[in-house]
Amino acid sequence: MTEVLFFIAGVGAIAGAMGVIGFGNAFYSVLSLVFHLISLAVLFLLLQAQFVAAAQVVVYAGAVMVLYVFVVAYVGGKGQSLAPVGPALTPLAAVFAAALAVELLIALLGSGLSVVNSTGAASGASFGTPEQIGELFLTKFLLAFEVASYLLLVAAVGAVILARRRRGLPDEPTPAPSHVESPRLALVGTMAETVHALPESERSPAHRGGW
Amino acid sequence: MALGWYLTVSALVFCLGAAGVLIRRNPLVILLCLELMLNGGNLALVAFSRGHGSADGQIFALIVMVVAACEVVVGLGLIVAIHRRRLPVDVDELSELRG
Repeated sequence: MTEVLFFIAGVGAIAGAMGVIGFGNAFYSVLSLVFHLISLAVLFLLLQAQFVAAAQVVVYAGAVMVLYVFVVAYVGGKGQSLAPVGPALTPLAAVFAAALAVELLIALLGSGLSVVNSTGAASGASFGTPEQIGELFLTKFLLAFEVASYLLLVAAVGAVILARRRRGLPDEPTPAPSHVESPRLALVGTMAETVHALPESERSPAHRGGW
Repeated sequence: MALGWYLTVSALVFCLGAAGVLIRRNPLVILLCLELMLNGGNLALVAFSRGHGSADGQIFALIVMVVAACEVVVGLGLIVAIHRRRLPVDVDELSELRG
């Protein structure tokens, strides 16, 4: 059972990662990353990291990805997908990544650490529960906890300052009022609908009968 | 499952992220690929935390998630600012610091 789940989630995580790189439309890349993150959460659950898995789904796949979707919708996701940077640079990047993969796998699996071949140390039922994580955060890692909160505050303020409208910059032209471009139907959605205050010339023949 | 399998997946995800950062030119997708790299690191941290039977690695992974969220927020703010100035959203075109 564990093996089956691991292979489903592992293949899902790698396929999601490939989708992020491969999709030309940034919107599909974001959706692919959501899939990747959820597969990764399953792997975390298999490693008895319940709280990290929950945080992954709620914070990452939920909140951060919504932010991405909004920015993709604002900026526009279409773009050159895999357009080569130079004549020879893109294959070079793939070769570099493959070399990095080989190197990392040799370093990880050939290290001879006993942890790599074990299925994990004996751990009680409380391992990775919110209770244990919370206790560690408020005792042993209190400083990191506080620094993280300041970091989030600084990032939020920085994002507001970066993305706000500045005066004196050429901004988008104010869009024309919508009713100029899209004429609405006669007698729909206005006060005229209730009081029949439209001039005779604008009334359609069907309404002239007065029903 | 031996933990080596988890470490293999984490290494592959990290390298796919690195490949994406090098290949893609849209800064939005580059940010997504950075997320991939951070997640590969997170998986390795959680796997070693399980291997040693100590939850410290999970704390580390959570802090990495906080840092990733901050990075995303600032990066997306920069992209919105670039878009507002009608500059091309393409890392090759954006070669000057001065807007």
